[in-house]
Amino acid sequence: MAEVRLEKLVKSYGKVGVVHGIDLTIAHNEFVVLVGPSGCGKSTTLRMIAGLEEISGGTISIGDRVVNDLAPRERNISMVFQNYALYPHMTVKENLGFSLKIAKQDTATIEKRVAEAAEILGLTPLLERTPGELSGGQRQRVAMGRAIVRHPDVFLFDEPLSNLDAKLRGQMRVEIKKLHQKVKTTIVYVTHDQVEAMTLADRIVIMKDGHIEQVGTPAEVFEKPKNTFVASFIGSPPMNLLDATVATEAGRKIAKLNDGVTLALPAAAAEKVTDGQTVTIGFRAEAFSPVGYGLYGDNEVATIERTIILPEPLGTETLLYTELGGKEVQGKMLNPRFVKPGEQLTFNLDLSRLHVFDKASGMSVLV
Amino acid sequence: MERSWQRWLIRFGVFIVMAIICVPGLWIVMTAFRDNVEVMARPPVWIPERWTLDNFRAILGLSENQQGIPVVRYFLNSVVISVTSTVLAVLIGMMGGYAFARYRFKGKNVAFLWLMLSRTVPGISLSLPVFMIWSRVGLIDTDFGVILVYLALNIPFTIWLIDGFFRQIPLSLSEAAQVDGCTRWQAFWKIEFPLAKSGIASAGIFAFLTSWNEFALASQLTRTTASKTLPVGLMDFTAQFTVDWTGMCAMAVIIIVPALILTFIVQKHLIAGLTFGGVKG
Ligand SMILES: Nc1ncnc2c1ncn2[C@@H]1O[C@H](COP(=O)(O)OP(=O)(O)OP(=O)(O)O)[C@@H](O)[C@H]1O
Ligand SMILES: [Mg+2]
Repeated sequence: MAEVRLEKLVKSYGKVGVVHGIDLTIAHNEFVVLVGPSGCGKSTTLRMIAGLEEISGGTISIGDRVVNDLAPRERNISMVFQNYALYPHMTVKENLGFSLKIAKQDTATIEKRVAEAAEILGLTPLLERTPGELSGGQRQRVAMGRAIVRHPDVFLFDEPLSNLDAKLRGQMRVEIKKLHQKVKTTIVYVTHDQVEAMTLADRIVIMKDGHIEQVGTPAEVFEKPKNTFVASFIGSPPMNLLDATVATEAGRKIAKLNDGVTLALPAAAAEKVTDGQTVTIGFRAEAFSPVGYGLYGDNEVATIERTIILPEPLGTETLLYTELGGKEVQGKMLNPRFVKPGEQLTFNLDLSRLHVFDKASGMSVLV
Repeated sequence: MERSWQRWLIRFGVFIVMAIICVPGLWIVMTAFRDNVEVMARPPVWIPERWTLDNFRAILGLSENQQGIPVVRYFLNSVVISVTSTVLAVLIGMMGGYAFARYRFKGKNVAFLWLMLSRTVPGISLSLPVFMIWSRVGLIDTDFGVILVYLALNIPFTIWLIDGFFRQIPLSLSEAAQVDGCTRWQAFWKIEFPLAKSGIASAGIFAFLTSWNEFALASQLTRTTASKTLPVGLMDFTAQFTVDWTGMCAMAVIIIVPALILTFIVQKHLIAGLTFGGVKG
């Protein structure tokens, strides 16, 4: 059992705090992705789990051991580095077998485990090459192979795909997912790419400035973002966020946007706001579609006439840039037809899919 | 496309430069094997008419008509002094270079700057103070005294060179090794050292050549066969009114050959372009 537990984990360089007391429990065999903007402390957190960075406060446990003061080699973890960190003077085979050799395993075991890992990752024909003779994707797979031969308790990945081109990144993402299904192990994976986070994770940890903003399954963080930061960070295109003031109209709570458009608030949110409160209204592009080109079911909608600033065709759907509440917003057109800039369209905004955040704190009123 | 006359011009230029560098060396080698009478001949005789080993016999004391010079003794002194100072300079260079490349510590930049500044002082300008101190503490005319001076000469250079090589090796390699089960010490010997080997070899060869060929300081600090090195020994051939040119050249050949052989052995490492393919970018 290799549960990873971070308690009040702190890291500072001199006076500069980088990680400010993180609490996080990662379950056995869980795939957790740490995601957040550049410089938010993801790598630092991961490196503290690996033991490559001293911790300034709090505890880290792996399984039932507190590992605070253990060297990396005593933690039974393996790590895939952003630059792969393959040993350039060794063949692929030697790279894969290195950790076993250090652990003084006998040759037969090393051969067997290396062959196993090579098989899983399709590296068998490359075993005699050196890293210099491999393509980026192949190096990446060697790095993963080197991590799996050891049967570690925990895998740590630090942006392993960021050096690959978009297509290869997509392929490797699938391979990593498959790998996790084959080699059931606890995985902590760092990325700043929210698509990677959404597709890979059992649970996503969204970080900002050394704090955790939200922890949840991909569906949870997508559908119930705790605050405006998570709302705008997760999902592509980012959620539309508009300032508004709460009022009561005909016995219902409504939000009045800066340009005078009013939106009836969903019942759950209506209970949590008071008249005169300034809020931030959020909705995703897919909740804002031209009539006949979206999915609403029987949901209550607000019907709004808008002028298209720019259509962005993506094949099966088209993103529509228009203006609402004094800001540029994006809508989505499913099964699209051709749209010209400047064209007038009638949009439906799905009111049941509105998110309401308190403007001052940025926190969702629903959580 | 280069024109062919341009190419020839370049080749001609290279030829002239190489000639200027090589001809004196060739002249020394040929003189080492020629008859004494040919040396002063006018017009000069380029290729010796009769190749002879008499000059070597003479300086090694194997012929009757001339008193030998303790070449073997000088050679041994040179070997002991150069090898010891090189090995120590490389060891200290490795430790210092690694520390400068890998660790953050207080006063690091200042320390490094001072090391480099020490290189700007011409060694010979220190010979008098060193001579005075050495004579007080009894290090004049000892191997140890010369070794100490050569260490001071070589260490800043080996540290600087080896530091550069360690810097090129990404930190993540050693970290990966530590995650893979190595101690920091093992990570160094199994990963970082092999990758910096060519740099360490170059530092070694440079340190060796500096010590092996050094004349000015050794001529001040050595007196007798107890510590005289080969370059200093060359002066034995100058008497008040005469210079034994053939003997001197024969000895010069004895000095050059080991250095050449060593350089050839190590050059494979010097050139071995290590490909850092394991790390992207
Ligand atoms: N050795 C150091 N000394 C001082 N500050 C540091 C040091 N290493 C990292 N930091 C700071 O710690 C913060 C977090 O760095 P970290 O590498 O964890 O970010 P990250 O979330 O991984 O970002 P990225 O997505 O760019 O990799 C950054 O603001 C960085 O400047
Ligand atoms: Mg990082």
